[in-house]
Amino acid sequence: MTHERRLTVEGLARVEGEGGLEVTVRDGKAISMTLDIYEPPRFFEALLRGRSFREAPDITSRICGICPIAYQMSAVQAMEDACGVTVGPQIEALRRLIYCGEWIESHALHVYLLHAPDFLGYESGIALAQDHPKEVERGLRLKQVGNRLIEVIGGRSVHPVNERVGGFHRSLRKDELNDLAEDLRWALDAAIETARWVGRFAFPDYERDYEFVSLTHPSLYPIIEGRLASSRGLDIAVREYEDHFVEEHVARSTALHSHIKGRGSYLVGPLARYALNFARLSPLAQKTAAEAGLSEVCRNPFQSIVVRAVEIVYACEEALRLIEAYEPPDPAYVEVEPKAAVGSGCTEAPRGILYQRYQIDANGDILEAKIVPPTSQNQRAIEEDLGGVVERSLDLDDDALRVRAEQTIRNYDPCISCATHFLTLQVHRE
Amino acid sequence: MGPTGKPTLAVWKFASCDGCQLTVLNCENELLALTDRVQIAYFPEAMRGQLEGPYDLSLVEGSITTAADAERIREVRRQSRFLVTIGACATSGGIQALRNFKDVTGFISAVYARPDYISTLEHSTAIADHVPVDFELRGCPIDRRQLLEVVSAFLAGRRPNIAAHSVCIECKRRGTVCVMVAHGTPCLGPVTQAGCGALCPTFARGCYGCFGPMEEPNTSSLAGHLRQLDMLDRDVARAFRTFNANAPAFRKEADAHDT
Repeated sequence: MTHERRLTVEGLARVEGEGGLEVTVRDGKAISMTLDIYEPPRFFEALLRGRSFREAPDITSRICGICPIAYQMSAVQAMEDACGVTVGPQIEALRRLIYCGEWIESHALHVYLLHAPDFLGYESGIALAQDHPKEVERGLRLKQVGNRLIEVIGGRSVHPVNERVGGFHRSLRKDELNDLAEDLRWALDAAIETARWVGRFAFPDYERDYEFVSLTHPSLYPIIEGRLASSRGLDIAVREYEDHFVEEHVARSTALHSHIKGRGSYLVGPLARYALNFARLSPLAQKTAAEAGLSEVCRNPFQSIVVRAVEIVYACEEALRLIEAYEPPDPAYVEVEPKAAVGSGCTEAPRGILYQRYQIDANGDILEAKIVPPTSQNQRAIEEDLGGVVERSLDLDDDALRVRAEQTIRNYDPCISCATHFLTLQVHRE
Repeated sequence: MGPTGKPTLAVWKFASCDGCQLTVLNCENELLALTDRVQIAYFPEAMRGQLEGPYDLSLVEGSITTAADAERIREVRRQSRFLVTIGACATSGGIQALRNFKDVTGFISAVYARPDYISTLEHSTAIADHVPVDFELRGCPIDRRQLLEVVSAFLAGRRPNIAAHSVCIECKRRGTVCVMVAHGTPCLGPVTQAGCGALCPTFARGCYGCFGPMEEPNTSSLAGHLRQLDMLDRDVARAFRTFNANAPAFRKEADAHDT
């Protein structure tokens, strides 16, 4: 006699955007797992056509209110690549600095308000704050330090206004950044405390041999620089991305799924960056990771919360280093003249690599746009994890199994708003 | 009132980037104080679970782009004592309203290999096009201080104190030199509603209109000045056709220059 069990979650909570999930298990084997993305489509790639190449950073930032800088940065890189322009080291450093703010803000939001409640049995960060006020207040202040870094350089934390093709609209004076240093020194200690706190959580016993994909760079932990590499030998320039990665459109989803040609699913984000770039982390970040129970490669997706905390440590230290070494870009931007060409850009959004490619004409009008956000690249890996985790958790009752499945998805800090171009959990047990 | 005797707050999402509801969570210093005053009854981005309606105050993010959402907003209205829209998507249709000026079928096939999997409406429209709205908070994104003012006002039973004048007034208050007069930088500040604190001019760029049209904007006069700054008609059309493209005053001016 076959025994089938189906699990369903409609309207996933504590993710950015709208989606659900459905898993069917027959005789102890997950036979179908779907992450449904029912967020309404917004057609960014189409509405960019006919717009000026200079408008791409402001328009693409509206794909996501949580990681607008990632969209702006990949867009400006792509346009500068198309037009054959390189910006100097001062502009690159200021870009890296504002991006550190986005890592701190986005990771702190996810660790404290979205993910930690799963490990401690609360329905929200706000409920968590009733019993753990000290921790939640620390998380909120950490998030605020990240936001403030973005506000000082970019004007505001959601859809900042200072980024442009070629650099920044206005350069920052050194004294404008000095106030941030004191906040960041507090944040660095708070980030180390965060890693100690989350390192003590109970993690479900689950590991998988992912193909990790991230940017890599000879000397820097990657944020906006480097080549694309994987844990199975891929090593390519950003412009070769589409030779190796394909997107396909699946039914019941407004997001597109990605896979590596000839192999299948892959994983982007904190676990991938950490595994491929451990040696480029600062000694303090490495030590924090070891003390929080991580080895140099982490294959348990539930421990991604610890890796995020380690990346907050790194981002705070890196921001302090960049402020210390800061020289204002002068001029604030390089003049970029359009030419008929194709250009691509790829940066490490908090959730993983974000790729964009544009074709523009000699007037700078966008003829074609392609945008591949991290969540759509992770979607297959998320579904495979769902199957794997549910198979190992069948002793749980429906409610507990549903919570476990949701937690599995939140391991990825999925951004459904981004992927639309993500989720309801339905578990069917028949 | 919720089970705790506090007024209930619900946060709803339609087509959007999540940036405006993130602004609720970005009230880091005020968030825990706010949850002492109100019971958060529904906020899927931040919590599992949901308290039954009706709700005292609903904050609505996003625009209406599907038939299912057009039905859902009616149910949200039925469940809400006060309904406040937050941000440009909910208030004017958002950046996704650029589809209103093109053939949406072409849009779907540009993004999706299997257009038959996609269901969408031809137009992206504001919440007020579907149901009565008690207050519209502007911005792409909304401003955190204005959000706190609006929530406080509705809790106190008064009208929010939100200015409807232009960004120019904010520049004057801050003492920011006019980027258009001094540097010839095209700026939508004279026709755009204040609220951001005149951010863009303080970063040496012109306002790009993300708070939408002010009360009684003279867009054609501004368009004349923009043309004198050597902007082409199509560039003027583009300038008005961004995050509030479907707001009537901006839509009309963009149409007049779309040659």
